[in-house]
Amino acid sequence: MKQVNAVIVGAGAAGGIVAKELAVAGLSVVLLERGKWYTANDCRKDDLRNQRTTVLGNAFGPEDEGNPRVVVDSSGVPRIVLPSEGAYSNNAACVGGGTLSYGAQAWRYLPQDFRMRSTYGAPQGSSLEDWPISYDDLEPFYEKAEYEIGVSGDYSGTPFHGPRRRPLPMPPLPPNREFGILEPAAKRLGLHPFHIPIARNSVPYNGRGPCMRCRWCVGFACEVDAKNGSQNTVIPVALATGNCELRTECMAKEILTDQRGRARGVSYFDANGHLQEQISDIVVVSGCATESARLLLNSRSSLFPNGLGNRYDQVGRNLQGHYYTGAMGYFDYDTYDDIGPGASIAISDYNHGTAGLCGGGMLANEFIRLPIHTTERLPANTPRWGLGHKQAMREWHKRTIVITGPTQQIPSADARVTLDPSVKDKWGIPVVRISGNVHPHTFEIGEVQAKRAEMWLREAGAMSTIATASRPAIVSAGQHQAGTCRMGNDPRGSVVNRNCQIHDVDNVFVIDSSVHVNNGGFNPVLTIMAIAYYASDALVRDWKGTRFRP
Amino acid sequence: MQLGKEKTRLSRRGFVTAGMLGGAAVAIGCSSAKQGNWDFLSDSQARTLAAICDQIVPADGFPSASQAGVLYYIDKQLARHYRRNRDEYRHGLEQASHRSRSRFGRDLADLTSEHQLEIVRAIEQEDHAFFELVRKHTFEGYYGSPRHGGNRDAISWRMLGLAEPPVRGRAQYDLRKPAS
Repeated sequence: MKQVNAVIVGAGAAGGIVAKELAVAGLSVVLLERGKWYTANDCRKDDLRNQRTTVLGNAFGPEDEGNPRVVVDSSGVPRIVLPSEGAYSNNAACVGGGTLSYGAQAWRYLPQDFRMRSTYGAPQGSSLEDWPISYDDLEPFYEKAEYEIGVSGDYSGTPFHGPRRRPLPMPPLPPNREFGILEPAAKRLGLHPFHIPIARNSVPYNGRGPCMRCRWCVGFACEVDAKNGSQNTVIPVALATGNCELRTECMAKEILTDQRGRARGVSYFDANGHLQEQISDIVVVSGCATESARLLLNSRSSLFPNGLGNRYDQVGRNLQGHYYTGAMGYFDYDTYDDIGPGASIAISDYNHGTAGLCGGGMLANEFIRLPIHTTERLPANTPRWGLGHKQAMREWHKRTIVITGPTQQIPSADARVTLDPSVKDKWGIPVVRISGNVHPHTFEIGEVQAKRAEMWLREAGAMSTIATASRPAIVSAGQHQAGTCRMGNDPRGSVVNRNCQIHDVDNVFVIDSSVHVNNGGFNPVLTIMAIAYYASDALVRDWKGTRFRP
Repeated sequence: MQLGKEKTRLSRRGFVTAGMLGGAAVAIGCSSAKQGNWDFLSDSQARTLAAICDQIVPADGFPSASQAGVLYYIDKQLARHYRRNRDEYRHGLEQASHRSRSRFGRDLADLTSEHQLEIVRAIEQEDHAFFELVRKHTFEGYYGSPRHGGNRDAISWRMLGLAEPPVRGRAQYDLRKPAS
């Protein structure tokens, strides 16, 4: 097999961008993806089998067969979990990764999110830290992501955002009914509601048409291809250069190293299950927080007996996701118009600045309302089954508003990905074992957020509300998983440097949410994309200085 | 490949429609359901399960669970995604029958609705895990996509005043080509 300049493992939000940036800069690239390439034609609006409601499995992978993980929750007993179970902490396995079927909220983190320890101090027992890079370092790359991927929305209603040089490239979609109900209520409370930034075309953009305003975004591929992910933006550009080869259904086994301790390529199982070796000058790991950590830990050799980049036992630690809390409100009129954008209105007044809390989070209305969800979201004292339940379904399905949001995670070094000592996947590769939980202060923040959601709903006229803030027994690291290969200046407390380069091995990079030092009080994807542009920029500059040439 | 898939799906739909008549018959207590209607359940198990499901979603102005095809959903999934739940169903349905016979001397399916409700409440109390499984699967079959054998004619969605998912023009773009 021909040697190439770069092998990238994972064609998701970050891997797609790195592939495009390197290929455009003239490097030869092989992009490995364990899943398939789905298109808009594979969109099935199946409420029981999609990427978010996985009653009958994941629509875009991985399959339940042959892809187990092991979870150790607070009870301490390991158990095998399948990809369609929540505790698995799945992200999609396909070209585009999570971005094919995500809701596509495209937030910038706030400047304080990069300075959490300086702002708040670290709660006892937490691993809260500052990032080695700042909001200002990322700002040009946030902008690049907003313009190349395509984001609609309008920040003008809120003062709570970092400095920006340009507005978003597309206006927001027209408001739906929930927006009309929630906006004046938020203003009466002295809050600053605004249109959520979403990686979705509100007008023709980038050669594709606008959103048709159905509400089936999150969990589904877009059937009119108006939602923007790496699969319909950067990856096609990478391929068009002629410098990038995408190999789908290829599962990376390990990063190969030479006797000098430098990476020499990646071994992987191809679509036919045959073990292949792709030799390269550099290796970029973009498999998302759980699988990237797994690949490094599985890359053992005499020089790296505990896995690559793991000299100080940092790989896999500080696993985070997002702990969602909020409230359901019940109204005496129809609040639901079944029109997209589902999530339309947000406030970020509460992300920072509450005395006694290390951060907060954004609050927004919920994306999608499926009848199967409503069965468990009825008012308190509704019978759980029988005629009363059926009547309540009719009464409340269209008279409910859900407000929810991701709580700023306070990381803990004990929440981690390791390798399970015995369980293997269908290729015979040791699987991810997830254990531990985020720092308990996370739950305290989330519970305050839930009360705020209730307050907003009551001000909007809800007759009753129910807060949704339980305390899960395991770190919840689904699509928003992050933190396992933390970025930092100190090799003893991090895995990669500020350019996403592994401290130990200068031709191996981890470029995805694994490097997030913390995960902000927002959906993380735009930050993942901005970091991918930022790290690619540094990588290409180093490459041109021939730093990686053998 | 694609053609083969489509064919399977269509013949499957034919099967489900044919079976639906049996489902309606079960719901009104007629025991003439044909043998071999089910992928996993026996006819006797199906009758018992229908009685439980129809207490979870009873008929009113809109169909009950079994009338909307929930049994076809559950049976189909017990042969597929819910294979792991087969033993729980075997055991739970046997216990339900036993409970009904020892309390009222008859099969659950042959009791009055009031007596069925009494038995189902007892199952909820004393065989909680099984009841929760059936409750979850009944809601999936009743409120989920008709594609999977339940929610016949999208009846529950129409009950809630919803359209079937809109399909307003599926993109035919070839995503492998770059946007120009």
